This record gives sequence, structure tokens and C-alpha cells, in this order.
Amino acid sequence: MALFSGLSEKLNHVFSKLTKHGRLTELEIKTAMREVRIALLEADVNISVVKDFVSRVSERAVGQEILKSLSPTQQVIKIVNEELIVLMGGTVGKQEGIATGSKLNFAPNPPTVIMMAGLQGAGKTTLVGKLGMMLKKQGRKPLLVACDVYRPAAINQLKVVGEKAGCTVFEKGQGNPVKIAKEGVAYAKSYGFDTVIVDTAGRLQIDEQLMKELEDIKAEVNPTEILLVVDSMTGQVAVEVADTFNKRLEVSGLVLTKLDGDTRGGATLSMKAVTGKPIKFCSVGEKLGDLEPFYPDRMANRILGMGDVLSLIEKAQDAVTEEQAKKMEKKFRENSFTLDDYLTQFETMKKMGGIKDVLAMLPGMGSKFKINDADIDEKKIARTKAIIQSMTMYERENPSVINSSRKNRIAKGSGTSVQEVNRLLKQFEQTKLMMKQMKNNRMFRGF
Amino acid sequence: MGLFSKIKAVLSKTRDGLAKKLNELFAKNKLGEEFYEELEDILISADVSVKTTMEIVDEIRDTAIKEKCKDKDYVIELLKNELFETLDYADKLDVKAPAIIMVVGVNGVGKTTTIGKLANKFVKEKKSVTIAAADTFRAAASDQLSVWAERAKVRIIKHSEGADASAVVFDAIESAKAKKTDVLIIDTAGRLHVKANLMEELKKMDRVVKREYPDANYYKLIALDATTGQNAYNQVEVFNEAVGIDGIILTKLDGTAKGGFIVSLSYELEVPVCFVGTGEKIDDIEDFDAKEFVEGLF
Repeated sequence: MALFSGLSEKLNHVFSKLTKHGRLTELEIKTAMREVRIALLEADVNISVVKDFVSRVSERAVGQEILKSLSPTQQVIKIVNEELIVLMGGTVGKQEGIATGSKLNFAPNPPTVIMMAGLQGAGKTTLVGKLGMMLKKQGRKPLLVACDVYRPAAINQLKVVGEKAGCTVFEKGQGNPVKIAKEGVAYAKSYGFDTVIVDTAGRLQIDEQLMKELEDIKAEVNPTEILLVVDSMTGQVAVEVADTFNKRLEVSGLVLTKLDGDTRGGATLSMKAVTGKPIKFCSVGEKLGDLEPFYPDRMANRILGMGDVLSLIEKAQDAVTEEQAKKMEKKFRENSFTLDDYLTQFETMKKMGGIKDVLAMLPGMGSKFKINDADIDEKKIARTKAIIQSMTMYERENPSVINSSRKNRIAKGSGTSVQEVNRLLKQFEQTKLMMKQMKNNRMFRGF
Repeated sequence: MGLFSKIKAVLSKTRDGLAKKLNELFAKNKLGEEFYEELEDILISADVSVKTTMEIVDEIRDTAIKEKCKDKDYVIELLKNELFETLDYADKLDVKAPAIIMVVGVNGVGKTTTIGKLANKFVKEKKSVTIAAADTFRAAASDQLSVWAERAKVRIIKHSEGADASAVVFDAIESAKAKKTDVLIIDTAGRLHVKANLMEELKKMDRVVKREYPDANYYKLIALDATTGQNAYNQVEVFNEAVGIDGIILTKLDGTAKGGFIVSLSYELEVPVCFVGTGEKIDDIEDFDAKEFVEGLF
């Protein structure tokens, strides 16, 4: 299986005639850069950003000696990748996998004011809830201030979100947002809130009146952080949006939302390039806990269509303790994998965010595996769990003893049917067989 | 064939070939690669996909060469025409009563606002309208929809937050049948197309509509945010596969975003655009006009 999809394949084709040694010539680089350009444009990186980027990468690539350990494709990708990482605020080398700028700045004299800005539908209100919850976990006392007085029920939405996050919400109905912001900060001072998060209405960067309103709010509450909230699916217009908001407000950082989709997220690069501001957080789900730091190297991989292997590894690390892993490895080796272990596997998978999340992070999987695949239905997993849990320990360890009378009992106990029990047993046998084959595969030795 | 005519034919072939070559040369001088690259950049900047852009521009280039055309303005007209023809292939969506319109899409594209506008539009066309608040997931979504229902002066069917969306659909259909409503518009929760369980929920709602009201004219429209990039393609593709999409509502076309991805959608997926959202007010919805849209790209 080709591990690196998309760009790698195309570059491989470009370099297929290249001899192993020597230098990368200008012509080869030019052809390769055309593919790089297309890959970036397809990932929604802004066209002028792409042009700058490609010319910089070409300069670096021409005349480079081909490293023995790398193929020309790998080498070009390495250069492109490194430049992407640097451009998005990361550092190349030892610090790979390190998040940047994910720290919020706090004012020396509380309350610290954090102000939100962005287009309609970027996800500001949800983000206010997420930030509130994160700050609360860090031991702070945040106050959420409802300054979106335009969108119907936006205040209600913030109230609900605030309640879920366990944060107090300050609202004054459909009043003047500048005044509400000011009163919110005053309220925080008198009631001992150390952080104020100001939710604002979504607005277009060309809406003069509403942009002025943001400037007024800023002048009134003097925020320590102004976060520009941007939908990661944004296209070419990202440059204009980020540039205008930054020029008017001098934002302190960017937050990417809806990164749990399958967008390549090239807008990130555009916005970073045009504002120079750090990307502070990524929003990766609908639950209030779904807020993550930003990792430039992972984003670079995503933009180039190389999957998010690092995130996957990290998630796996979180979900499986070392002890569990060792135990599993032993079973793996001895081929004494039981239905009980099968159950554990499902639970691990769930901790990692579900099979579909895991699949989506694998290179080349996101696009190839359509999500309506019946196998990755979370509900089905719940049923599978119920079936295994309805078995006795003896049955879980010796599935061969499960005869039809036992199957009947298990089906009744788990609220499923005998067919479903049969299907599970068959699946388990197949898994076991697969493991046996994998054990003999060199790739998995020492795994 | 006589000898003469044979020679004539050969000669004319050569003459044609030469003329073609000369023309290409002229064409290249006049309308050089840079010119076509510029055309490509214009389309890409409007979020038309790279693939579609290249195909369309290549086609235009071939036509220009074939027609021995040296005039830039004419080539641009050719391009506009090509785009227009790509986009303008579907008849206007004629909503015939009794109708059910289900509006789907990812989070934050403006489904609820659009439904408010659609309701108002149908009321103006003297149709009776009911709205079903089947976004039972997002905090205060049904409150938001209620405000729009009030503005458009239409009935709304809603349950409490966290209720089963299909149950709302079921109730709304019962009510629409009883009151002989012309148009029932169903609001659905925003869902990223990569979430299998949420897409299953949508399919269930779709099944409920088909089962409970088979006589209704049923349209499934997807709302797409004009500021979106290439991901719009994936969105339509997956939603289309799940429930079948009859048309696109292009929202937020009031900014600087051009929404050029609809060219690719028409070109490759053949899903037409029906309505365009152009502002925050209740009247800010229009039928899609391919000509206007193409002019907007340049």
C-alpha cells in the first residue's frame, strides 16, 4: 500500500526517470514544483501565497545534492514540508511534534479579556464555550459575555453552552454590544472573575459598520487576546478575511475550527502567511472538550495530503497504557487472543475517538474509505460489546464451546439475534487469523 | 479520384497544416501562455478547482486556436460562455404543493437563516408554509428558527433540545398533512459529512419523509457557504451519496468570496444551484442566475 498518497505519487512519477545520484536539476525541480503548486492550490492555499512559497522552495531545491538515504521525491517533499512547517510557525528538527503558541496570554491585573472575532458561522459561540471549559479546568474563573446581539437566539446558545461548560454567562439582551462588553468586564471585576471571554457577532470583513463596532469594543475593554476564529474549510478568500480583521483589530492569534472534517486546511497557511500571527488552537469536534493545541508539522502533512500519523500515534498513546500494550503484545505473540481481548480492543478504539476518526487520520484513508461503510458504525460496536458481555468468562476464552443453546442465551442476554452472535464469532475468527498472518510478517515484528 | 484532385487534396492538407501552425504561432505571440495562466489564476482565485480550471481553460485555448482567434476580449467571452453553459443547465426549481424541502449541510453554513428566507419567499408566493425544527442538537437552534418563523409569519413544529430529529420530522409531516400545508421546510442539524453516525441520522429522517408522505414533492437542498474552498466538493459528494441532493443553496455570497466551486460541482457532479443567499435580511435570497454569477467571477 502506498503510504503517502497524492503528492508523493505524482512526484514519484516526475522523478521516475531521474538517476539515483547527482543533483536535482532546474528542469526537474520545475516539473516537480508544478505538482507542488497544484497540491497546495487543491488544499485551498491562496494562490499568491502558493506563488511565493513555490519560488522559495525552488530556490532551495535547485542544486541540492541528492541525499543517499532519500529518493528525489522524498527529498522534495522534505523541503516542501520543512518550509511549510516554518511558515506555520513551527521549527524543523528536534522539536517536531511540538505545538506552537497554544498558550493564552493573561493580563498582569485581572480580569484578562479575550475577545472573539470572525465571519458568520465560523464557530465563535461554540469556541467561547470550549475556551471557558478549558480555562476552568486550568483553575481559572471565566465569565462569558454575550455581545452577539444580532443573530436570533445567539444569546440563548451562549447560555446553553455556558451552562454545559459550567461557566457564568453575562448578557443584557439585544442591547448595544460595546456597552454590554464594558459592563461585562465591570461585572467580572466586582464578582471576582479573572478571565472575560467576549463573544461577538459574526460579520463580513467588508461590513464597515460592524467592523467599526469591533474596534469600539476593543477600545472599550482593552483585550489581552483577540482571537480570529476561522473555519478550516475556508477557500481563497481566507487571505482577505484574515488580512482585514488583522489590520482593523491587530489580532493576537488565530483559532481553526471544524478541523474534524476532511478539509486539507490550506487556509491555515494563507492566514498565517498574511498575518504572521500564531495559530493558538484547533477545534476538532462538537463536544466542549474538543479543543486541541496547533501542531505545525501535522498541519503540513495534512495540507500535503499525507495524513495525520502523529496525532494518531499520540491518541494511541493516550488510550493504551504501557502495561496494556505489553499484555496485548504477549497475547499477540502466543496467539492466545480471546474474545475478552477483542472487547478491550473495541474500548481502546473508542477512547481514541472511534474507528472513523482513526481511519481518517491514516494517510490515504480519509478519501478512500467512504464514511457510510457499515463496518465503522459506532452503534454496531455497542452491540458487539453487548454480545461479548453476555458471554461467560469461559465462553470468552473458549469460543469453540458456544453451541446453539449458548448462542440463544447470549442473543437474548444482549438483546440481539443468533445471526448477530454468529457474525461476531466469525469476525473474531477472521481477526485471529489475520493476527496470525501479521505475526509472520516482518513489518510487525517488535511491534 | 483523379490525379489532379489527389494532388489538390494533398496540397490543401499541407496548406491547412501550415496555416494552422502559423496561426498557432500567431496565437502564441498574441495570446501567450501568460495570458492563459492569468485566466487560470482568475478562476482558481474564485475557488474553482484546479482540475476544472485546467480543463476549461484548455478547452478555450483549443477553440481559440481552431477559430484562429487573436483577440483577448473574444477569448474571455468564450470563457464566460463556457462557464455559463456549464452552470446553466437545470430548470428553475419549481416547488409544487404539496412539497417538502429538507435543508442539509455542514455546521455554520447558514441553514437556519436560509430557511427563514425561503419560508418568507414562499409566503410571498401565496403558499402556506410550515417549518420543522429538526436541528435538535445545536444549543438554541430551535429558538433561532422560531425567531425566523415569527418574522416570516409561518408555523413551526419543534421538540425540546436533544429530542429525536426523525420524531420532529414525523410530527411535522402529520401536521402538514392535516393542515394541507403547501410547503414543509425541514431544518436539520449541521453535520460534518465525515461523521458516519450523523449521516445515518440524516438517512433516517430521509426514510421517514419518504415513508410518511410519499405523495409530496420532495426536494433535498444542500446549503454551501460561499467562503468554502475545495471541501465543498466533498460535502456535496457525501451528502449526495447519503440522501441524494436535488440542488444547492449558495449562502453568504454577499462578501468577497466568489463560490467558484459550484462550477466544479456542475461540471463534475451535475448538482445545480437553485438559490443564492446574499445578505442577512429576510428578503436576501434570489434564484440563481448563471449569467450574473459568471460576470461576478471576473
